Amino acid sequence: MIAIIDYNAGNLTSVARAVSHIGFQCLVTSDTGKILKADRIIFPGVGAAGSAMASLKRTGLDSAIADSFRMGTPILGICLGTQVIMGHSEENDTPCLGIINGLVRAFRSDKATENGNRLKIPHMGWNNVVIKKEHPVLSGIDRDDEFYFVHGFYPDPANTEHVLGTTNYGISFASVVGFKNLFATQFHLEKSGRPGLRMLENFCKWKP
Amino acid sequence: MLSKRIIPCLDVREGKTTKGIKFKDNIDIGDPVEMARFYYETGADEIVFYDITASSEKRDIMIDVVRRVADSIFIPFSVGGGIRSVDDMRKALLAGAEKVSVNSAAVKNPDIISKGAEAFGSQCIVLGMDVKHVGVKDNIPSGYEIVINGGRTYMGIDALKWAIEGQELGAGEICLNSIDADGTTSGYELKLTSLISGSVEIPVIASGGAGTPEHLKDVLTKGKADAALIASMIHYGNYTVGQIKSYLSSNGVKVRKSW
Repeated sequence: MIAIIDYNAGNLTSVARAVSHIGFQCLVTSDTGKILKADRIIFPGVGAAGSAMASLKRTGLDSAIADSFRMGTPILGICLGTQVIMGHSEENDTPCLGIINGLVRAFRSDKATENGNRLKIPHMGWNNVVIKKEHPVLSGIDRDDEFYFVHGFYPDPANTEHVLGTTNYGISFASVVGFKNLFATQFHLEKSGRPGLRMLENFCKWKP
Repeated sequence: MLSKRIIPCLDVREGKTTKGIKFKDNIDIGDPVEMARFYYETGADEIVFYDITASSEKRDIMIDVVRRVADSIFIPFSVGGGIRSVDDMRKALLAGAEKVSVNSAAVKNPDIISKGAEAFGSQCIVLGMDVKHVGVKDNIPSGYEIVINGGRTYMGIDALKWAIEGQELGAGEICLNSIDADGTTSGYELKLTSLISGSVEIPVIASGGAGTPEHLKDVLTKGKADAALIASMIHYGNYTVGQIKSYLSSNGVKVRKSW
């Protein structure tokens, strides 16, 4: 069973619908017991890092995620889930789970886009991913494929070995990060059409 | 580099898609779930549903449409029309919509933007604006005024001022509809779009007036829009999303080409 972690951070039905659509069973849950027993874990989320971490701590989900990572359970982070696995977020100056060392930084609107316009924040819409390291979950993904992003902050791993893919938006930032049994994307693969569903299916079959 | 988004808009009345010309003479043209799936499979970057059901008792039909759409398309979609409270927002988001858009309700009660942003995050809240050109007046320094009720009621609010206020209240995006251009198929209102898009930090979706791929090119370049809404030019089979995108791409506008 795939457990989708419910920690009161946004709409989780779209992740569950996408998982069901590609033919896997999943359960949206905040039960730490079920999460520790799950075959795989999806850690999604939208919203702010501060309230997300507060909710994870209050419910004990912070230790359940850390324990599952240590036990080797495959974990997929999405958007805010991907930010919260880093060490510290600039958003609300929040200490995070620290599964991957590094910071979560804010986009700065004084940066200009390629055509000289002011950078709009949040980074919202479809963008490419430049694959930096081959990974089973990235199999079948083409350089022309684009993914759907909605975020004002981005992960910045301390160790470049953990950067699997990058995206350009005023700056080049880590849009796919990974470490051992953890794979995480800043974009919403559940809302990224065919290539997103392909990545989700790759994750559901991944044996790290 | 971020792509410009092409967004089909479906007007839905009591569960059926319609397309009105200047908000009048709506005719039924199809099943919204089927149309959404067709546009998803043929390259739409996002889909907007606008519920124009008149009676509130029949509005639950829309929630059922949203649920069925969410089961069959895996790109973002938003729902507008009939969203009057945080509870209405919650219903649409739980049914599977990515975003909700508020228009008249926000003009009458701006708090709905901040309450919605607080409850669900700014990225969920689209501020829909219906705008008419009225010329520069004391209370309308930009010359563009906010209207509601399908363009029938002038609110005495300056469109530029309202866009900035909406952003400050927590809207994550603006869907800017020109009532003057809507349904004409003679092009977007470029001056209005460029004025608003150049003055806010959140993305702006241009709406109203699309008739040819060149109109989209103009609004995404000269109009500085981040995305363009299209309706009749694709609903009646004159163009496909793919044709529009290859025109844009060959004219230097970056769009998503692989789906």
